[in-house]
Amino acid sequence: MTTRMKPVDAVIVGFGWTGAIHGLELANAGLNVLALERGAYRDTSPDFSYPHNADELAYGIRGELFQPLARETVTVRHALTDTAVPYRQYGSFLFGNNVGGAGIHWNGQHYRPSPEDLEFQSHISKRYGQKFMPADMQIQDYGVSYTELEPFLEQFEYLCGTSGRAGNLNGEIKDGGNPFEGPRQKDYPNPPVADTYGAKLFADAARALGMHPFPQPSDNASRPYTNPHGVRLGPCNLCGYCERFGCFMYSKASPQTTLLPVLMRKPNFALRTNSHVIKINLDSTGKRATGVTYIDAQGQQVEQPADLVIVSAFQMHNVRLMLLSGIGTPYDPATGKGVIGRNYAYQMMSSIGVFFDQDVAINPFIGGGSGGVQIVDDFNSDHFDHATHGFVGGAYIYGGQTGGRPIQQLIVPSGTPGWGAAWKKAAKENYLHATTVATHGSVMAYRDRYLDLDPTYKDAFGLPLLRITFDWHDNEYKMSQFVTDRAQEIVKQMKPKATSLTLRKPGDHYDIRQYQTTHTTGGVIQGASPETSALNRFQQSWDVHNLFVTGASAFPQNLGYNPTGLIGGLTYWSAKAIRETYLKNPGPLVQA
Amino acid sequence: MNTVARRRRGGGGLLRVIVILIVLVVLAWLATHVFRGGGGDPSATAPPPTPEQVRQGEYLARIGDCAACHTVPGGKQFAGGLPIASPIGTIYTTNITPDPTTGSGDYTYGQFERAVRRGINAAGHTLYPAMPYPSYAHVSDQDIQALYAYFMHGVQPVQQANKAEDISWPLSMRWPLVYWRWLFAPKVAPVEGGGDPALAHGQYLVEGLGHCGACHTPRAFTLQEKALGPQDGSAYLSGGESDNWVAPSLRGELASGLGSVGEEELVELLKTGRNERSAVFGGMSDVIEHSTQYMSDEDLAAIAHFLKSLPAAREEAPLTYDPATRDALHGGNVSAPGAQLYVDNCATCHRTDGHGYGQVFPALAGNPVLNGPDPGSAIRLVLHGGTMPSGRDAPTQFSMPAFRERLTDQQVADVLSFVRASWGNRGGAVSAQQVARLRSLPPEGKTTMTGYDPRAQQP
Repeated sequence: MTTRMKPVDAVIVGFGWTGAIHGLELANAGLNVLALERGAYRDTSPDFSYPHNADELAYGIRGELFQPLARETVTVRHALTDTAVPYRQYGSFLFGNNVGGAGIHWNGQHYRPSPEDLEFQSHISKRYGQKFMPADMQIQDYGVSYTELEPFLEQFEYLCGTSGRAGNLNGEIKDGGNPFEGPRQKDYPNPPVADTYGAKLFADAARALGMHPFPQPSDNASRPYTNPHGVRLGPCNLCGYCERFGCFMYSKASPQTTLLPVLMRKPNFALRTNSHVIKINLDSTGKRATGVTYIDAQGQQVEQPADLVIVSAFQMHNVRLMLLSGIGTPYDPATGKGVIGRNYAYQMMSSIGVFFDQDVAINPFIGGGSGGVQIVDDFNSDHFDHATHGFVGGAYIYGGQTGGRPIQQLIVPSGTPGWGAAWKKAAKENYLHATTVATHGSVMAYRDRYLDLDPTYKDAFGLPLLRITFDWHDNEYKMSQFVTDRAQEIVKQMKPKATSLTLRKPGDHYDIRQYQTTHTTGGVIQGASPETSALNRFQQSWDVHNLFVTGASAFPQNLGYNPTGLIGGLTYWSAKAIRETYLKNPGPLVQA
Repeated sequence: MNTVARRRRGGGGLLRVIVILIVLVVLAWLATHVFRGGGGDPSATAPPPTPEQVRQGEYLARIGDCAACHTVPGGKQFAGGLPIASPIGTIYTTNITPDPTTGSGDYTYGQFERAVRRGINAAGHTLYPAMPYPSYAHVSDQDIQALYAYFMHGVQPVQQANKAEDISWPLSMRWPLVYWRWLFAPKVAPVEGGGDPALAHGQYLVEGLGHCGACHTPRAFTLQEKALGPQDGSAYLSGGESDNWVAPSLRGELASGLGSVGEEELVELLKTGRNERSAVFGGMSDVIEHSTQYMSDEDLAAIAHFLKSLPAAREEAPLTYDPATRDALHGGNVSAPGAQLYVDNCATCHRTDGHGYGQVFPALAGNPVLNGPDPGSAIRLVLHGGTMPSGRDAPTQFSMPAFRERLTDQQVADVLSFVRASWGNRGGAVSAQQVARLRSLPPEGKTTMTGYDPRAQQP
């Protein structure tokens, strides 16, 4: 039996970053807003209190902040002819769980896209010709330009208190910032976090080679900061327990540290936890959502009517909910038609362990998730001429460390055994004298890389799991090799005594056991045409006008940056369209 | 025989004493009924209120912090039911919504006035002095009328029966309270302040509705505040105790009082629950959340102005920052007792220089809380943690974690002795016995959650 709840103006599915942003924007617009979260409530205190938060076994290895895969996971295969099997242990990507979602365990890298990233198909075909891209590559534009999005990217930075140094202030290139970034109207709200020593060695070397290192824009606040909502963040102390951990210093931007102190007190906002949405309901025309159905903590089905539905779960969960709800045409890799599940992408990294003699002292345990690291962006996006290289996209190169945790962050030179006396000796010799240089690169969208419902495996409620069909393409091997070669040049300039390299080469399959980045994208992409995208430029469903879908599921392909800055900007852009246009006259914001 | 005779004789003497006592008690009881009095006129009525009066009454109810006691966290506003521990048992606050059956809906203006300013309810019984009527005695007629207008016409009536107090006989008899009232409640009269109008206004708010002395003035053995205003001597606001928290002196002591705190800093603390150096904790958190954050800047400035006019009750030398601890810790020297514990547990937020971070983590260097004779509040904070209240334009509630499971009594004593002697602090050593006494006292182990955390309202 299904219980029917009192209708609300807007229901939000998933209470992480984008759910909380929409929650406050819509509540401020006067709507009666309800957020449904499958997990539990949690907050900095008591859940991430020191010293309990600094437990690498609990959080780093056992993944206490992540969704339990035994109840729901995804299945994975490399090719259309393979049989997918379930992802049973965390490796390649990490699903957030509970209030705050992945906004709790992230590192705080806060990038804007390069202007060309948002119009990638148009830009590449204009500069290099349509034939420059392989036939099965299906990259697309977002339908929104950098200039249009800029104020919203800024809004999200000022919400988070991003610490960084502008490289392009209203078109003027500034020393020490990223000269390749799009013009920004305002500088970052906070100065950069101080460099760790490894980052300094990296930046000095890159500068000597004529590259343009700059401090990584970071949502680990470099100083206490009060955001425009009056919510105050603490300062990052570079404790080394950031990614995979909650922040006890109130300095890592998350819904909890930037929005909830205001949002949770709003009388017209309510949060219902332990509420797992399984379906978006439609009226008889199939053109209008009537609300959602969820399963509560007691396992009962509950219907929640709403005039407006915001789907703001993790990228993969968004795609799955659309497929389970039968909204939009599922993507078909055989014909290239259909939109739900289209253009799934991941990212590709390489990394170099850099080992010095005993006279170079690096305290690796001093590390922020993103602050204190230096970046070279010369070989990302279309910051350089790709014509002779035969690939599109790129990667940023970073130098420095985010912590020196013993299990996951202790690096030893190549050739060291994985355990035993020789490993211990190498660990002891190198721990205080090593740092990391890595590349963080884009992955394009391809006709045969997509998401659909698995024909075999089901979740704890008996609903089909999402199936990933993904492997690397030549473009990405070439990209990674090229940028890694540039990284190697920097490393050589750092004059280490030894190095170790992890690089994915042609023939290497995508290995879901290996963590690179957690950034998965696509499946409910935004764009200019309902033929090739599920959402219009305002993240509104082409098919169901009172349904908006947020997050990285809207990315047409994966860019070389960490996605959160763009996700936040797109969310504010969408929220403004809802508040100022949609609510006055509900209907499609773009005519198909 | 002798034994029996002696016993009988002794029994006769005891009987005589008992009879005399009973007679005296009956006479005393009769007296409280014969001389009912108490002043005021229970039958007095008020003219129909103006909307402005209702609004003003709402503001004054905030200043009086009525909600802090008459509203249960998560419960209906002003419906009462909050347990208050007293030395003789638990009493429960009453429903003061205008519900005619379970609240005060049928109170005349006179009955309301007598309850608030004279501590006598409609039935003629004396209220437990948990109700701060000795302070409210100083509230003006005009303000009492506005409060009456608000409680009768601005508050939603709630039907919720009052809970009987949890006190055993004979202590449950109320008539002895009449003597307490006769002895200790002051005459009903507004505070008379001459000269500086801001000073006079501040004094009116602090002594009257603000009832700051209820916690910040020491109490005598018989539980009355030792002073109800500056005219009663330097005991007034010289530091008291509430709910096992130390309520620090609000007078001008240079180390442990407000001597080193500026008026603007005080205003900010009352408005937001924090300032560049300090933060509110313990019982004062409710005061910020329910009361002072709603006060006008003008009223807050007057309060700060008046408090800063109170001379020190104790001679204290000013605190001056001493960089020795900072330099030692910065240089890796943790040889001082408690220093290693400080670095491991405290320094990440409060920093090795003891300055903390403004509006986030309070400074320990020069903090009056750490420079008073009683380390009780600091011990409780280390054991059980604490959460800042939310204030006006300051929604973030920073928490300090509880260390009770991580640190022994001796370790808490060591780290606090270190903190109370570093960076120029002169608070004196803390003993493990002091920590042990406070470890299990209520409110013990209260979870450090924000006020909006849905789990905070769950049982």
